[in-house]
Amino acid sequence: MATPVLDKADAAGSPEPGFADSPYITVTFRIRRFNPEVSAEATWEDFQLEIDPKERVLDGLHKIKWDLDGTLTFRRSCAHGICGSDAMRINGKNRLACKTLIKDISPEKPITIEAIKGLTVLKDLVVDMEPFFQAYRDVMPFLITKDTNEPTRERLQSAEDRERFDDTTKCILCAACTTSCPVFWNDGQYFGPAAIVNAHRFIFDSRDEAGEQRLEILNDRDGVWRCRTTFNCTDACPRGIEVTKAIAEVKRALITRRY
Amino acid sequence: MKIHKYDTVIVGAGGAGMRAAIEATKRSRTAVLTKLYPTRSHTGAAQGGMAAALANVEEDNWEWHTFDTVKGGDYLVDQDAAEILAKEAIDSVLDLEKMGLPFNRTPNGTIDQRRFGGHSRNHGEAPVRRSCYAADRTGHMILQTLYQNCVKEGVEFFNEFYVLDQLITEVGGVKRSAGVVAYELATGEIHIFQAKAVIYASGGTGKFFKVTSNAHTLTGDGQAAVYRRGLPLEDMEFFQFHPTGIWRMGILLTEGARGEGGILRNKDGERFMEKYAPVMKDLASRDVVSRSIYTEIREGRGCGPEGDHVFLDLTHLPPEQLDAKLPDITEFARTYLGIEPYTDPIPIQPTAHYAMGGIPTNVQGEVLADNTTVVPGLYAAGEVACVSVHGANRLGTNSLLDINVFGKRAGIAAAEYSQTADFVELPENPESLVVEQIERLRSSTGNERVAELRRELQETMDANVMVFRTEQTIKTAVEKIAELRERYKNVAIQDKGKRFNTDLLEAVELGNLLDLAEVMAVSALARKESRGGHYREDYPNRDDVNFMRHTMAYREVGADGTETVRLDYKPVVQTRYQPMERKY
Repeated sequence: MATPVLDKADAAGSPEPGFADSPYITVTFRIRRFNPEVSAEATWEDFQLEIDPKERVLDGLHKIKWDLDGTLTFRRSCAHGICGSDAMRINGKNRLACKTLIKDISPEKPITIEAIKGLTVLKDLVVDMEPFFQAYRDVMPFLITKDTNEPTRERLQSAEDRERFDDTTKCILCAACTTSCPVFWNDGQYFGPAAIVNAHRFIFDSRDEAGEQRLEILNDRDGVWRCRTTFNCTDACPRGIEVTKAIAEVKRALITRRY
Repeated sequence: MKIHKYDTVIVGAGGAGMRAAIEATKRSRTAVLTKLYPTRSHTGAAQGGMAAALANVEEDNWEWHTFDTVKGGDYLVDQDAAEILAKEAIDSVLDLEKMGLPFNRTPNGTIDQRRFGGHSRNHGEAPVRRSCYAADRTGHMILQTLYQNCVKEGVEFFNEFYVLDQLITEVGGVKRSAGVVAYELATGEIHIFQAKAVIYASGGTGKFFKVTSNAHTLTGDGQAAVYRRGLPLEDMEFFQFHPTGIWRMGILLTEGARGEGGILRNKDGERFMEKYAPVMKDLASRDVVSRSIYTEIREGRGCGPEGDHVFLDLTHLPPEQLDAKLPDITEFARTYLGIEPYTDPIPIQPTAHYAMGGIPTNVQGEVLADNTTVVPGLYAAGEVACVSVHGANRLGTNSLLDINVFGKRAGIAAAEYSQTADFVELPENPESLVVEQIERLRSSTGNERVAELRRELQETMDANVMVFRTEQTIKTAVEKIAELRERYKNVAIQDKGKRFNTDLLEAVELGNLLDLAEVMAVSALARKESRGGHYREDYPNRDDVNFMRHTMAYREVGADGTETVRLDYKPVVQTRYQPMERKY
């Protein structure tokens, strides 16, 4: 297995900020590679690099791509946990590469990095997101009101009513939750946690009037009842959303029809 | 190669692109081409709010907002455009609320508002609460709400399609937009989109700086595409450096932190903004605050062993207030710095944030081919454009406003145009420029590397054309950029494949950054005055006699193939306000 080494001089010249006062350490990134243009088989490849432990996993991936192997392929954009591009499986857990610091993931051992599970891998760490977004679209993720006369000013909403769905407004659609769910791995038809979170965001919005319709969609056999409450989704969420709790609230609303 | 035909094509799916798409899709057959999935766009990183004189919590009106915008832009703002921005702000916020945006609320249930830099009561008397917000996630909420409404309207997206060329056909001596050429990331296939109207909404250029709040993907692709086709770029020397980026990383910490009462302090704990802006203090405009921070650092009052930053102090604010109003930025401090903002101040430094300049448009979003002539069928809105509502320095919360007001205007105008216009014939071999560019990069055996050239570009930009500039530093940048452009001809990539070739696209993006960096530096060299975000230590005063005018930069190709930047100027539109000395 090839083990290219990045020397310190190169790493220090990285456009990502270095921390001059902290020592560089040597880490191994063990990355699941797949490129159907080259081989039908996925393989693990090790890269050794010098990195500041306070840097992000994304910084390490960039060091590899920019200085060692330009063919390494992953999605990223904002680099600080807002855009949701770089969800990946790091040491067996779904995380955002830009929100995970090297020092927090046992860098003395090889750091394994692979694509999120349950969606088709297209190349290296890039997966087909379309089924994920289809499930999102299926829950009607937009405000629906019945009033034909739009108010001239804003609709009123109390601070308490606004707070009721605050947690689920934080979702960035990174798919870390859905692709950490064992039910989703076994049956891609399941809506998955992210779609339910986005349904919750509207069901519990006092301004919305289509809660019943959304509940019926989630009452489907591929809907909310498939959840086995394993809490993987809550653990995986980089935004700290209590995903399992949101799913439980949707289940309760289906029984009580109160929300 | 595939050829598609649409009435309206929108390039980019951030705030401006999706706001335009919602309008255009209702009126015309519309396609949105976006190099990222829409919800990845950098609108989502905006934090503090969107300005509108709703007067929900205190007296306010659109005229005060117009004045603040003109003054904030150091009088380089086109005042007719600023008036539209401030007037239409109110409906823009209400539109978003009706689309479902979860704004924070007042005790009586209306949209809550907070203070922000440069926004004042009655022409500068005191800060005013004008920013409508959703915690420190206002951009996230706008991006999500617009995407949700695009799903509702059935907007047709082409995700991960990179627009690499603008097609222009001359008809009777008039340049007209014929469509665009796009590269599909997943397959490497080239697509021609013939369209009656094209709207650029592809965002900024911040990645030519090293310390920046901008995403890796903000590489000025739209600006570069039209510039290469001979259309001008306006006011590119004006770039905003946001005062509070996380030290060394550049990650944005919202001005809303100071709106909520946060204070900037030097190593002595002094609230230094009182010296520079006695009335607005920490809420002076961003250019003023960024210069003040660097003045403190240069005069030896910076913090840390190297004295290279100052502190944003939130420790006097109640933890409940931080949790409720600033949850994300306090989490950034914890995640990336290991600092607890309840008890410790946060090290910050100015960070390259926003391009005031861009593709010149009129207030309908129509792109200009020169000072007055529009390019039929071509539109731009948002950070890629220069209307100019931001002049020499944008006020905080005016960009989320800009994308909504002018995104909507451009969407309506483009769709209405495409309902009456015919398709313009495509030029011969419309794909040729893109095919040549891609093949050259894919087959190059040169010895230059993309990452190395980008590093050198970012370092020279940070060192020479950031908050303080002089003739000497700008000339250094111009020379370095020329060298890098030469070396770029020998750039080679490692990934030769067709599938998800991000190695190739980073090389294309670097080419865009180099072109735009040159325009910026050349424009800055010629502007021998200080105004807003452009500060020349060798010309520290504003010079309204010689420079009260917009820069218009054109690409010129000589007979021998050499490329140069030609500068021209355009008058500023003045209506109500005469230039005054700018004090905060």
